[in-house]
Amino acid sequence: MSVDAKTSAEVQPRPDLVNLTIDGVPVSVPKGTLIIRAAEMIGTNIPRFCDHPLLDPVGACRQCMVDIPDAGNGRGFPKPQASCTMPVAEGMVVNTQVTSEVAKKAQQGIMEFLLINHPLDCPICDKGGECPLQNQALSHGRGESRFGGLKRTFPKPVNVSAQILLDRERCVLCARCTRFSEQISGDPFIALVERGALQQVGIYEQDPYESYFSGNVVQICPVGALTSAAYRFQSRPFDLVSTTTTCEHCAAGCELRTDHRHHQVKRRLAGNNPAINEEWNCDKGRFGFVSAREDRLKYPLVRRDGVLKPASWPEAIDAAVEGLKKAGEAVGVQTGGRLTVENALGYSRFARAVLGTNNIDFRSRPSSDEEAQFLGAFVAGRAQLRYSDLDAAKRVVLVAFEPEDEMPIAFLRLRKLVRKQGLRVQTIAPFASVGSRKLSAELIAAAPGGEAAALESLTDLDGSAIILVGERAATLPGLLSTVARVADSTGARVAWMPRRAGDKGALDAGCLPGLLPGGRPVTDVAARVDVASAWGVDSLPAGPGLAADEQFAALAAGTLKAVVVAGVEPGDLADPAAALAGLEAADFVVSIEQRPSEVTERADVVFPAALVEEQSGHFRNWEGQDLTVGLVTTATQTPFTDLRILAALADALGKPLGMRTPAAAWTAFHELQDWDGGRPAAPAVAPAAAGEGLVLAGWRELLDASRGNDGEIALRATARRPVLRVSPATAERLGLDEVARVAANGRELVLPVVVTADMVDDVVWAPLNPGEDRLAVVPGRPVAVTAVTFEGGEDA
Amino acid sequence: MTDLLTPVLSEHWGEQGSWKLSRYEATGGYRAARKAMAMDPADIIATVKDAGLRGRGGAGFPTGMKWSFVPQDNPNPKYLVVNADESEPGTCKDMPLLLANPHSLVEGIIIACRAINSHQAFIYCRGEVLHVIRRLQQAVREAYAAGYLGRNVFGSGYDVDLIVHAGAGAYICGEETALLDSLEGRRGQPRLRPPFPAVAGLYASPTVVNNVESIASVPSIIEHGKDWFQSMGTEKSKGYTIYSLSGHVANPGQFEAPMGITMRQLLELAGGIRAGHELKFFTPGGSSTPILTPEHLDVPLDYEGMASVGTMLGTKALQCFDDTTSVVRTTLRFVEFYKHESCGKCTPCREGSWWLVQLLMRFEQGTAQEGDVDKLLDICEQIGGKSFCALADGAVACVTSAVRHFREEFEQGYHTPAWELFPYEKSALFAQEGAK
Repeated sequence: MSVDAKTSAEVQPRPDLVNLTIDGVPVSVPKGTLIIRAAEMIGTNIPRFCDHPLLDPVGACRQCMVDIPDAGNGRGFPKPQASCTMPVAEGMVVNTQVTSEVAKKAQQGIMEFLLINHPLDCPICDKGGECPLQNQALSHGRGESRFGGLKRTFPKPVNVSAQILLDRERCVLCARCTRFSEQISGDPFIALVERGALQQVGIYEQDPYESYFSGNVVQICPVGALTSAAYRFQSRPFDLVSTTTTCEHCAAGCELRTDHRHHQVKRRLAGNNPAINEEWNCDKGRFGFVSAREDRLKYPLVRRDGVLKPASWPEAIDAAVEGLKKAGEAVGVQTGGRLTVENALGYSRFARAVLGTNNIDFRSRPSSDEEAQFLGAFVAGRAQLRYSDLDAAKRVVLVAFEPEDEMPIAFLRLRKLVRKQGLRVQTIAPFASVGSRKLSAELIAAAPGGEAAALESLTDLDGSAIILVGERAATLPGLLSTVARVADSTGARVAWMPRRAGDKGALDAGCLPGLLPGGRPVTDVAARVDVASAWGVDSLPAGPGLAADEQFAALAAGTLKAVVVAGVEPGDLADPAAALAGLEAADFVVSIEQRPSEVTERADVVFPAALVEEQSGHFRNWEGQDLTVGLVTTATQTPFTDLRILAALADALGKPLGMRTPAAAWTAFHELQDWDGGRPAAPAVAPAAAGEGLVLAGWRELLDASRGNDGEIALRATARRPVLRVSPATAERLGLDEVARVAANGRELVLPVVVTADMVDDVVWAPLNPGEDRLAVVPGRPVAVTAVTFEGGEDA
Repeated sequence: MTDLLTPVLSEHWGEQGSWKLSRYEATGGYRAARKAMAMDPADIIATVKDAGLRGRGGAGFPTGMKWSFVPQDNPNPKYLVVNADESEPGTCKDMPLLLANPHSLVEGIIIACRAINSHQAFIYCRGEVLHVIRRLQQAVREAYAAGYLGRNVFGSGYDVDLIVHAGAGAYICGEETALLDSLEGRRGQPRLRPPFPAVAGLYASPTVVNNVESIASVPSIIEHGKDWFQSMGTEKSKGYTIYSLSGHVANPGQFEAPMGITMRQLLELAGGIRAGHELKFFTPGGSSTPILTPEHLDVPLDYEGMASVGTMLGTKALQCFDDTTSVVRTTLRFVEFYKHESCGKCTPCREGSWWLVQLLMRFEQGTAQEGDVDKLLDICEQIGGKSFCALADGAVACVTSAVRHFREEFEQGYHTPAWELFPYEKSALFAQEGAK
């Protein structure tokens, strides 16, 4: 058992440890451990400001002074030393403030210095109550200041970005924020400027601190100098109730600390999970939440005489059941990517055991049969690689995956490995993106559609390499087949990197037409019997089911009558117009949604669903780790969890769902172990021939108009400016200069042109952010690009 | 008296065009570099080490030993960086040397580069002294033109390139790691050590940082030999050096003399304190070295002699203050300098110097309170030795030494402004009549 393995590892002798004495207590720690960290081993907290275990030591604040009467060589230091920069040595003797008056006095002296220019405005400071300066001034400072002079003051605050504000007079110049931005996220757009007591954090005037990770500097600021526009003056820390939970924005699985007050989420902080997000998260995860949004759906809606009208729950359930009964088995279910595992299992069972259909798909995005086959063969109900496998890898190949945009914490992990361990990163992409450059990634240039050939050209892959393939691979025929084949022939390992938090859980819960929970093929009789007996039903449908886009087509064609839709935004799909047409043509649409959307507008019955903060459960991240979703606050309005809505519908349909609470669903999920029987074969789709003419490349950027952050003005203001990217040769050939129009399938986009030196020729890159002007075409397909000229200017 | 002097670097300062290559060569210049090119690098290091040349920038670290620390098995290039960021109040030796005799530095650089197997040297010169930078640039240009720098110097097959880099006016850039950061184009702030520059300095490559005078002294050692150099100076402080006297002396200036000369002898050379006045206190090596009083007039001005009286030789910048001077006012001026020049990286220096200035201003104004002298000393104790680099140590050394020698004068600041005790116009060295 794993527990035993851990225990035995702990008792094994460790000859590589360094032995020293701290406050008279013998301590053994690994070589290279800093004194400040060794002291933590015996429960001694040496006060500190600049020190942060995940940042390189700087020794700037000098708060962590200790007395070292013996440096391990028999000689001591005549003066106290900073314990955050000095590694331990064999035989060293360290006396901290606990036993040494010298250390104590030195620490009190530094604290006094730090406070002479600090405004001591704790009563009006957002940090007051959770402030390391406040706390440590009380625990390690003197009660009174001897300073009677003038304090340094600054006009306040300064916007270092739309989101991050800086109150310079509070700053203790610990350089945590500047080191974070330089070392961890690689966005060194804040730096210390000026000198002496006038030193301050600053930006270059024309370059605000725009980083996907900027919120972390607020969290690690040991004083109230850095605040976010989103949370500034919103609450006092001691009025907040904290819940440990998991971020719902992507499949990274970041632990969050969500703080609420008055049934409203006030802020979200990065949790501390060393195995996943360490102590960081991205700005989308931190600032993008809809808990306090006014436009929540609060009660069911039923369409009467063509108009959606508020209805009671029984009324809405009756209406939904009537419509679904009429449709019979000609019904589809689409779950979207926001669901917890428990809710996903509810949809899976609702579709198959209650509605009697295999028409269920979680992929509210461009997808393919090849992908479904790949997922069935390698991902569903199977152990996946972990972050720790990345730590051990020598080389990582990114295929159709831009970690900074598509899974920011995976990006931070890769960047750390590149920086600390010299990990080699290669990216198969049309150009080296900002994120790739921050990973020092080698660009293996490939136009969309050429990725498979580029991957096959890597002849030196072996078992020390990991291929991270993004969900976008589904849009590139043959790519996933090639990934599987290359992995098989070279020994390289593969991880599928979905974008959404619910994707892996939905996959394992059976939200694909061909896959029952645990990766069981729906075509396998034993698998169906397995699940049917666990669910207490006689049988499960055996026929093939329809994927998401097939469902919309079938609705439009009339072969499918009704559809139950959860968190799906048509704008996310390959063909938004087709999806909307399908919904409009459908006889009956049930929407289970949190806020009004293009689906609810076209629905016949709308059920308000609980937010992630309003329910407990689990997200299963890309690694397959089950991460707890904590109940932050119960809903004050009437929304139910998806699961409870489905249970109510199932009851009314006369076929009980068998679970109504997350706990029951979690138990049911675990009763079905992962499938150990036969698997679908690996897909073997040949790559399509290279497209003629200009083809589109693109991916969704992290901060786009997605529903998870659409109301966060400050957050959205830090998003990257949408641009079109073309190679110099292509720009010249097409006469592109400043602005261009890219068009496909009747939709067009007008954006500034950025000529990108390393871009593959005959490719135009555009962000595939959702929204009205998103192109209705997937990467690798031909597009038309024309220069836009402005007439009527003064030059004309 | 003048036989006390040993002019080597300053021998031809007074001559017309002494800074030119032709004049330098006419007086024997570049003979040592030619000689060194034929020597084994290890022999150059040994000669400098055996001669006992110690760093002239203040710390007194043996120059040859510093050179021997450069790891020759490191595959990175080796760099020589000359610290010409002379900015300390009172210190004025490198600037006149570079004005009058820049080629002695260029020649020393060529020899030092050969010794440490470096092909690239830099002179980091204080940015404000434009005339010095021009002289340096001119000297480097001449040396390139003559084939003494660049490819195949003196036909030896050895390459040495030299860049003159102007700083942007920060005292902290005289600290060697801050200097390297500045030279790399970053903000000059001290770096965490280890790694030390000898292992990972400029561009993370092995780097030797030496003072101007240290390197300029090397050609004379190579030419005349270690015995000649050792014949001057004291037991552990060998050779000659430049002492600069300033302040209330009759004849201020630079005096090149053997190590270990006394203040009394130097004062005699400088014509004594200005007429009608007596010496009150002096700095032995710039404002960062604890001050001394007339009782220390006969202590040898070498590394050991100064250490024995609780101070440092520093840059041998002897600032003399006569009996008209308020020590409180002087101390405040010194500390104001350090407050202005504190880089801001570490707390004790940044905040402590801010506080010290405010407190000392109260002493100057006569508004300090009973007990403030002890507070002053306590603040100094909290700063000294606790800061990231030595800048703050210098900032408090002048305070603690001033209080040690003149405590009563500080205590008078509890009730009497310094200008009443020591009318400022009386200590003005240059008459102000007609200035208005």
